[in-house]
This record gives sequence, C-alpha cells and structure tokens, in this order.
Amino acid sequence: MQKGEVDLEPTNTHDAAGYWKATLRLTISLLVVWFLVSYGAGIIFREALDNFSIGGAPLGFWFAQNGAIYVFLALIVVYCRKMTQYEKKFGIEG
Amino acid sequence: MVDPWTIFWVVLTFGIYIGIAIWAKAGSTEEFYVAGHDVHPTINGMATAADWMSAASFLSMAGLIAFLGYGGSVYLMGWTGGYVLLALLLAPYLREFGKFTVPDFVGDRYYSKVARVIAVVCALFVSFTYIAGQMKGVGVAFSGFLGVSYNAGILIGMAIVFVYAVMGGMKGITYTQVAQYVVLIFAYTVPAIFMSLAITGNPIPQLGFIGNAAGTDVSMLNQLNTVVTDLGFTEYTSTTKSKLDVFCITAALMFGTAGLPHVIIRFFTVSSAQAARKSAGWALMFIALLYTVAPAVGAFARMNFVDTVNEAVYITDAENYDQRAAEILADGKKPVPEWYKSWEKTGLLKYDDLNGDGVMQYRGPDAPDGIKNEVVPNRDIFVLANPQIAKLPNWVVGLVVAGGLAAALSTAAGLLMVISSAVSHDLMKRTFKPDMSEKEEMRVARIAAAVAVVCAGLTGIYASQLPFVAQVVAFAFGLAAASLFPVIFLGIFWKRMNREGAIATMLVGIITTSMYIVYFKFMGGTAAGWWFGVSPEGIGFAFMWLSTAVGVVVSLMTTAPPQEIQDLVQDIRIPGQRKSHGMAEGGMAPAE
Repeated sequence: MQKGEVDLEPTNTHDAAGYWKATLRLTISLLVVWFLVSYGAGIIFREALDNFSIGGAPLGFWFAQNGAIYVFLALIVVYCRKMTQYEKKFGIEG
Repeated sequence: MVDPWTIFWVVLTFGIYIGIAIWAKAGSTEEFYVAGHDVHPTINGMATAADWMSAASFLSMAGLIAFLGYGGSVYLMGWTGGYVLLALLLAPYLREFGKFTVPDFVGDRYYSKVARVIAVVCALFVSFTYIAGQMKGVGVAFSGFLGVSYNAGILIGMAIVFVYAVMGGMKGITYTQVAQYVVLIFAYTVPAIFMSLAITGNPIPQLGFIGNAAGTDVSMLNQLNTVVTDLGFTEYTSTTKSKLDVFCITAALMFGTAGLPHVIIRFFTVSSAQAARKSAGWALMFIALLYTVAPAVGAFARMNFVDTVNEAVYITDAENYDQRAAEILADGKKPVPEWYKSWEKTGLLKYDDLNGDGVMQYRGPDAPDGIKNEVVPNRDIFVLANPQIAKLPNWVVGLVVAGGLAAALSTAAGLLMVISSAVSHDLMKRTFKPDMSEKEEMRVARIAAAVAVVCAGLTGIYASQLPFVAQVVAFAFGLAAASLFPVIFLGIFWKRMNREGAIATMLVGIITTSMYIVYFKFMGGTAAGWWFGVSPEGIGFAFMWLSTAVGVVVSLMTTAPPQEIQDLVQDIRIPGQRKSHGMAEGGMAPAE
C-alpha cells in the first residue's frame, strides 16, 4: 500500500470522523486533478502542450476541447467507487 | 416549403411527450416536486443530461465553436467540469439533507426566512434569464423549418410544456426528459457521423476531429487553420481572448453549473447520497456524448461553410435558381448553395455585395488580399443548417429540428419546476402560509407552473432582440456562481457559516454580478473598461470570491449558528445519519 492511501480493510465499526476525513482527502485530491486537466492543460500551459500533438490535434487544444471532459468523467467514476469502499470500511449505511 | 419528414419527427416526438405526461401524472406534492425521491440513478442521469443540455448546447454551441475555434473551449470545459464540483461537493450532501428545493436548503440551514426569500429571488432570477434562451431556441427552430412565425412557434412550445409540466410535475418531467434525451442525442450524432465520414473518412466524430482530412496526409485541423488564416481569420486552434478571460469564463460556467437550481433539484429525486453520486456520473456521461462531438461538429461546419459559400456566384430571388445554377456550373464556377437560399429568408444569413461583382466573398478582419467581407452568418443556424450544408438526406434534417426542440423543451420544463416549487413551496408553504394542506399546495404549484409557462413565453417573445442564445444563458451562470454556489458550499463544509454571512454572500454576489453585466452589456460599457480585461461572461467567478470573502468575514463577526444547525450539518456529511433537528425543520420532518 502506498503512503497516504486509506486502508480499505472493513473494520465493521461505525467511524463517522474517519469517514469524513477520508472523504475530504479524496475530494481534495480529485479536485487537484480536475484543476490540472482543465485550467492547467487546457488554458495555462496550453501553448507549451501545443508543441506536442495527439493524432492531428495540438495537445493543449485537444485537452481544452475533448480531453478534459474524458478526465472529468473518470474522476466521478473513481469518486463513486472509492466512496462506496469508504462506506463499507467505516461502517456507514449509504 | 415544409418538409414532410420534419412534420413526421416533430409530431411523433411531441406525441410521445404528451403520452408520457398522461402516464406519469403526479398524485402528491412529493411526486410533484421530486418524483417521489425514488428515481433510478441512470434514469435520473439521463433526465439531468436532457434538463441540462439546452437550446444553447444544442443549437448555439457548435456554431460558437465553429467561429471561436479554441475560444469556444470555455463552453466545453465549463459546462462539463461543473459536474465534477456537483458530484464531489454538493449533490450527495444535498440529497442527504432530503428536502425539495434549493431555497429549502438555504432557509433551513441558515434558519432564516429572509435567507430563504433571497434564495427564492436568486433562483427565480437565474431561471428566468435561462428560460428566455430556451424559448428563443424554440422560436428559431419553428420559424426556420415549420413555416410558422417565430411567435407562433413559441406559443406551440409553451402549450406542450404546459401539458406535461403542469400535470406531471417533476415525475412527468423526468420521464419526458428521458425521451427527449434519446431524441436529442440521436439528432446530434447522426449528422455528425455523416459529416465526419465526408470530411475525414472516419465515422467516429471524436476520432475524425484529431484525424487527417480525407484523402490527404494533412490533419483536418491543420487544413482548417490554413483555410481560415488565408481568409484573414484568427487561426482555428488559437484565440484572441486573453488567458485570464478564458480562465474566468470557464470557471464562471463551471461554478455556475454547480449552482444552477434546476440542475441541483434533479439530485433530490434519487433515493440516497450514493445514488446522487452515481447519478452525477451518469449525467456527465450522457452529456459527454454530445459535448465531445460538438467540437468536431464545429470544425466540420466551419470547413463546409467556407467550402460552399466563399467565392460562390450569387443568385437573386428574381432569378430561377435551378436554371441559373446550371449555367454557373457550366461556366466552371460555383453557384450559391441551395441551403443558403432557403436559410436566407429567415434573416440568419446576410450577403451584401460590397464590390458589386455578384460573387460572395467571405473574409476575416485581416484578409491578406484586402477584400472586404460580404457574408455575415448568424452562429445559431449552424447546427440546424448543417445537415443541408453537408447534403444529408431529408429525414436527417427533420430529425435535427425535433432534436433542437427536445433540447429547448426539456430545459424549459426543468426551469419551470424550479419556478413553480420556489413559489408554491418556499414562498407560500414555508414562508407565508404554513397551514396550507398538501392538496392546496399542489394546486398552488400547478397554478405557479402555469403562470411561469406564460411568463417564459412572453420573455422568449421579447428576448428575440437579445444577442445569441448562448450568451444570454451565460448570464445565468455568473449569477448562480456568485450567489447560490458559495452559500450551499459553505453551508455543507463550514459549520461556522451563519445566517448573517449567508445573507451577505447572496446579496453581494447577485448585486455585483448583475451590475457589472448590465453596465457592460446594456448600458454602453465597452471592452476597454472591463476590470483586468475580464468580460461580463467571466465576472461571476471573480465576484464569487468576493461574495464568499464577505460572507466569511460577516459570519465571524456575528454569533455562531445554534447547536441544532451544527448538528444538522454534521448529519448531512455522513450518509444515513439524518435526524430531525427542531428549529432546522420549521415543523417539517426530512423526507425518507
């Protein structure tokens, strides 16, 4: 297990404080990615990324028009999965 | 000439909507406001997508992208990225809170009728701004295709929404929106697939977008860059907007999306916090199906427009089109395309023969050959005219009209729910007339929905003078971002946020944002006066920080919220913990 990751072994005890702490940590890390792919890749670092290309599209431009949307979707999927695991681990009845 | 296919699709889809409305008639206030709190996450996701994707997404967005190129990215990122905020920060907690409306949350969480009424005003303000854009979209679709006037088009649209929103409430709207999603996504992707095949040889628009132009080694986007720069436009993959402005507009749209009452209200219809999270994921998935196709449609549309219109020989209305076109072709020249002539009548395309040569020169502001531009297209027509521009079969053309109407009507219905519940539930039941019976509340809700339909129609009729549909809608986002998003967010994540802070936040947000927008859009303010070069579309993001800061300071200077409220906040953070908390409920227990 990597450092900073939450142990997902079910403990079968109701731990609301642990659940909330884990939720906040997950929310913040996902929002960092959210910021990086849209505002980062699509706007702030666009010119630098445009030196590379994906297929026939400049990379920064592609992130702004297509790539960021795919990542957004992946972020919500990860969030749903992790939250379900947290609910099990901390004994929270969803 | 009205095409029989168009009538076929429009009548068929409208029949389905009415059928669903009769089947899904609401019996209780719970069904009327939140469809009984038991909609399946996938169904709700699909309904949210239809609710969300408005006339602006369907009709205007691809056209805006076609002309703005990279600059159009603000809409793509802004209108999808907000769902991440919604899924992570708002939806599950608001569902756990378990009431009916956005002002419900604000009123209960901030234990204040004043806060509730201000939230009602915000919700009404945002919804009416937004609904004007939808009704305008309905008018454009009808007047372009069904041979009826713009105003008559709006009246027909109003009548349809009236039937299923007033009868079925949220339940009727939810299931109608599912049908509308299917119609609109089909109508959007079918022409895109045909166009992608024709231009890039790849049937998947998302791949055609990054692929090579058909039969060449040059990428489609590079070719497009060359074509538009040769005519004196900005390169397609870059923009003239400042980086800060692009940043702010994107952010205003994202936070605005998360704060829009008609989107939030959809997450009250599912059964639990977990279902709300999943539902947000499904919603974004269904939205992404359209939003990842839109940039491809935009690029293809721009390509097709230049190809078919630029340097075409114009044919006047006095001449016989077929005969004259054949002569021009025989001369080895390009006649003005037939679709152009049919759309010209709507006033959405203008040609002014400045140099008197009878040839249509389409040029940008810095044309290398120094020729002045003679063709002015309205961006809104692009999606509607695309199938004709790409010479697609007639059944596709009719389908797109039905899709445009589905997009506009589904969003209008969602907005009507917000307006009706804000009036019947928040103003009447929770503020002025708490002793109303459920039956009376239902009747008030239906009357409010009916009045709202009429007001929306009138707004649409008078909004025809306003600029592009998408720009009108952009205002609603700035307002939602600066007022509703911060109070809901702080209400969940900061227990110390109190009544005084919430009222200050909402007031600062809505006053500053609307003053900035009104000054620069309607009172003659010019771009030179924009603060730090931030346009009115993006200013909501800056004022969001201001209103949040003011709210936090005011909160800290006044007394902390009562313990019962802090317990309520604790409850909604942890699924399954929600209990009734005396004063926070105002005499109403949370729903299941």
